[in-house]
Amino acid sequence: MAKGDFVGIIGPNGSGKTTLFRGISGELPPLKGKMELKGLDTRKMNLKQRAQNIAIVTQNIEIGSMTVEEYVLMGRIPYHKQFQFFETKEDFAIAEKYMKLTGVEKLKGKYMNALSGGEQQLAGIARALTQEPDLLLLDEPTSHLDITHQVQTLNLIRRLSRELGLTVLMIIHDLNLAGEYCDSLIMMQEGHIRKKGLPVEVLNYADIEAVYETVVVVRTNPISNKPVVFLVSEEVIEKS
Amino acid sequence: MNSKYLKWILFLAALLVLLVVSVLFSLSAGEIKVSLMQLPQILSDKGSIEYTVLSKIRVPRILMAIGVGGALSLSGVVLQGIYRNPLVEPYTLGISGGAALGVAIAIVFGLNTMSFFSLPAFGFLGALVTLIVVYLLSIKRGGLSINSMLLIGVMVSFVSSSAMMFLMSISTTENLHNIVFWVMGSLDESNNSLIAIAFYSSLTGLVISYFFAQTLNALRLGEVKARHLGINTGVAIKLLFFVASLLTGIAVSVAGVIGFVGLVIPHLIRLIIGNDYRVLLAGSFLGGAIFLILSDTIARTIISPNELPIGVITGFVGGLVFIIVLSRSKSHFKLN
Repeated sequence: MAKGDFVGIIGPNGSGKTTLFRGISGELPPLKGKMELKGLDTRKMNLKQRAQNIAIVTQNIEIGSMTVEEYVLMGRIPYHKQFQFFETKEDFAIAEKYMKLTGVEKLKGKYMNALSGGEQQLAGIARALTQEPDLLLLDEPTSHLDITHQVQTLNLIRRLSRELGLTVLMIIHDLNLAGEYCDSLIMMQEGHIRKKGLPVEVLNYADIEAVYETVVVVRTNPISNKPVVFLVSEEVIEKS
Repeated sequence: MNSKYLKWILFLAALLVLLVVSVLFSLSAGEIKVSLMQLPQILSDKGSIEYTVLSKIRVPRILMAIGVGGALSLSGVVLQGIYRNPLVEPYTLGISGGAALGVAIAIVFGLNTMSFFSLPAFGFLGALVTLIVVYLLSIKRGGLSINSMLLIGVMVSFVSSSAMMFLMSISTTENLHNIVFWVMGSLDESNNSLIAIAFYSSLTGLVISYFFAQTLNALRLGEVKARHLGINTGVAIKLLFFVASLLTGIAVSVAGVIGFVGLVIPHLIRLIIGNDYRVLLAGSFLGGAIFLILSDTIARTIISPNELPIGVITGFVGGLVFIIVLSRSKSHFKLN
């Protein structure tokens, strides 16, 4: 992956997306092979260095009585010296910057549990950016969101990868969102990468049907020229 | 300065003032009234009754209250932090049960007559054995499961309390009385070195816990997410567990079982100042110390010249205050 790439990981449940993800995030050691980030072997990084280079936004952000600002400032913990108690002025400035960028600045005094799902997701992204990583991992960032917030979140992520040169790797179930927003896709099947490439190469009728064991129709979005996947119900298939 | 930090400093300063006020109140209250105005005079007259009362009774009890109250409240807040569970307190994990069992064994087998030190030593030994058992049973291949640690702690607690009931049922009336008296808890301690151990170990615990304040904050997000922020959670959780357990063990061995402090005080402090451990650790320590000083003063004055077990006061006052505060508080009760 190159700097600034926005890559989507797709595949059915149990196909190894999350395992791949956990391997990259360092939760699981790689069985074979190695991963390098900016020419450095990630296995040789300590937890702190890893957290300075890789930030992760998970699906559910389960936190209660913590304000958005407190939550976002936690992204600075990897930069704190051993036994540093207080955030520096710089930490506050960086948190402020990314709260502005993600649009949660006006919510900074609110409690996390008072936010909507979409707002929480944005705060989660702001926290991850505050880690100032080179690689941002997102685990289904749009799964609980309505289409307004899906589009808002993905537009933001795409803009970030362009403007900040941030490399983004995202697990996403929605094939249409994957096709529309990602620069390239990785399709997983039974623990292996079945196919990787541009959305138009990966999202084709034959591969999707084989991997998901589902009948689909693939067309092209007339405006964006990106592939669109339609599902077909069993009833209709039987009739035709 | 950031307004958040300023708020914390003011809060801790207010607690310190409250601590001083409680100490002065505790010094003056009792069967022999000591006027605070006369304090300088009394301190200069080492032969007076008042001086003896202060130096032999009230000051040692205040130091015990600070040590034991601070230790219990601090280990409560730390354990709630690592387990992310609001109901955990120092006694949930079986540590007090183990200590009580150790003491009961010592009394039943007549080992308590060996020296002044033997009861606390057996209490501490009981706490230590329980701690090691809970810890070893919770370790599975590949790591420590926090939830199973909690469950095993609760179970070990049940087992040791059954064992203690068995010992009590076969012991003589005098031994039974000694066991029950010890279990009820008291800050009356005549040995200066035990007081010093309780006092200094709880202060040491406070200092150590501060090295992990940001770790505890990151753990509010959960263990996995804390690791994503570069925190070595495995090592930190084990260390904090041992510090909290040892503090509890020491507190229980010198003062018996004093309930509610480790549960109620951290929650009250959370309700007032929030859940950031950088202020919560010291806040809980001071809160626990103040609460125990006041409770002990009430316990020794309310039916004077007799004395109530301090656990009666902490349970009543702590429980009632907690229920009132909680039912009036609008904010939701959350830990993380």
